[in-house]
Amino acid sequence: MATGTLSETDRPAASPAFQQTSLNRKVKNHVATVLVWLSFLLAVVPLVWVLYTVVANGIKRIPYSNWWSQDFGSVLSDEVGGGVLHAIIGTLEQGLMCAIIAVPLGLGVAIYLVEYGRNSTLSKITTFMVDILSGVPSIVAALFIYALWITTLGLPRSGFAVSLALVLLMIPVVVRSAEEMLRIVPDDLREASYALGVPKWKTIMKVVLPTALSGIISGIMMALARVMGETAPLLVLVGYSQYTNWDLFNNGQAALPLLMNNERATNSMEPGSVGFDRIWGAALTLVLIIALINLIATVVSRVVAPKKK
Amino acid sequence: MTTKRAKVRPGDRIFKNLTLSAGVFVVALIALIGIFLVVQAIPALRADHVNFLTARVWVTNDPANMSFGIFDLLLVTIYTSLVALVIAMPISLGIALFLTQYAPRQLARPFAYIVDLLAAVPSIIFGLWGILVLAPELAPVAQWLNDTLGFIPIFGTGNIFPNFSGTIFTAGVVLAVMLLPIITSLSREVFERTPTAQVEGALALGATRWEVIRTTVLPFGKGGYIGASMLGLGRALGETIALAVILYIPLGNQFDWSIFDGGATFASKIAANYAEFNDPKSAGAYIAAGLVLFVITFAVNFAARAIIGERKGA
Repeated sequence: MATGTLSETDRPAASPAFQQTSLNRKVKNHVATVLVWLSFLLAVVPLVWVLYTVVANGIKRIPYSNWWSQDFGSVLSDEVGGGVLHAIIGTLEQGLMCAIIAVPLGLGVAIYLVEYGRNSTLSKITTFMVDILSGVPSIVAALFIYALWITTLGLPRSGFAVSLALVLLMIPVVVRSAEEMLRIVPDDLREASYALGVPKWKTIMKVVLPTALSGIISGIMMALARVMGETAPLLVLVGYSQYTNWDLFNNGQAALPLLMNNERATNSMEPGSVGFDRIWGAALTLVLIIALINLIATVVSRVVAPKKK
Repeated sequence: MTTKRAKVRPGDRIFKNLTLSAGVFVVALIALIGIFLVVQAIPALRADHVNFLTARVWVTNDPANMSFGIFDLLLVTIYTSLVALVIAMPISLGIALFLTQYAPRQLARPFAYIVDLLAAVPSIIFGLWGILVLAPELAPVAQWLNDTLGFIPIFGTGNIFPNFSGTIFTAGVVLAVMLLPIITSLSREVFERTPTAQVEGALALGATRWEVIRTTVLPFGKGGYIGASMLGLGRALGETIALAVILYIPLGNQFDWSIFDGGATFASKIAANYAEFNDPKSAGAYIAAGLVLFVITFAVNFAARAIIGERKGA
């Protein structure tokens, strides 16, 4: 609203009554406008360029049913054919396991911060630590899980270890979005519930959470899409396998980002080569999965949104 | 009449303690990360034959005879992050101003969504795009900068010459793209809260649109913008796979203060050498590097949050 009437105030009402806006000021104003528009266009260019690269190069392999139903176990590294089913399975399994652990923890923290903590010292420390956790680089999270899971506990590298590292990255995102959603639930609803003699925990479970559910679910899905694209934890915590492996707890397991990194490191990247087609095919597959999750998030949050009368 | 204290229902106590312990768990998690990294790093640091902070070598493949120091890693990390910030900060400022002050009302939200989409692209895709697609386009620019400004050490001939692809410069440009949505979204939030009275006051005095921004929006949002940029810095320091894909690690050549050098940051070094994680001592050397990265990002995020928190409280 501040800028709505600007074009009128630019011009004096009656020219002798006011001073003309000097040329210098006009020029500065126009230069600023041009620069500001340019900087927005500068942000759009790489986005379009990246997406175009992924789609144009990735589309070559995607339409074949092999791509979705086979792994690379039966083909040579320079042989056309095979598919990325093994990596899709790994990405989905690791992501789901991460969500199973991170969502209850993140929701718990958010409920504590909004419903119980209100301005206590512990809630301030927790808020701060969630901020710090959101700034922890993914490679550091991976090293921590390596130190805990593999060196200290002596357990093998596995898809599950990856899930644990992803939990560290997912918790702050879940907490932030859930906290925001819980805070906008009106206090009237809580008070009406208390007045009916409903205990606080039941009020939270049956009144507050269902009201905020739609926003919470879309927040969780976005967080899930984010961690599924992570690569660093995969490098340190699981060995790449070109065979399909459903077992999260034993042996190597693929994932789409890991497959891309592996092909890049071991295969030719000449345009049109098998390795080139594989990485961009995998990139497009990953982008499609992320887009699909975001789409599901939108649909689900529409369905569970509180009904308006 | 005495007031009777309400009896706490057992269900309430259990539920409260459950959520409380989730909160405590997150706090403990940060402490645990620090403790575990320190414990794992110490044996490797004891076995280090050179000064960990000032040495410029990294030889860890023989666990019995390791010499490793983080000096070059630190410099390359700072260089890539600074190149990224120098590019991303002014552009993000422009985008944030565009979205809050210039864009047509109905389009501001979809435009903001487009910028946010950049944050949804996995970093490995940015890395592959950076090295395979962008780098060949950037090479002439880099060549030109090197030819004309080469007398300044920052633009000097790199240690992977004549390779102009896997340089700190390329890495910085790609990283800048990844920082745009982060710096933009927080700055936007602060700019939006500029008091209307100030804006209208400036307009009443006959200020042009740019003068309104310079005299009200920018002074009000400066702290938030700086905080947002520091959050971006924290992100840049820790970015792993995009840089591991782009940066070319020269054999034997040290970092030579040029943005056309190759090299490795803390994070990309660890990611590039995951194969050495089979021996706990070798792994310990990388964990020590990771510990330094953790401490640095902790400090940067701490400062950023302090600045932003101050703004939000005001």
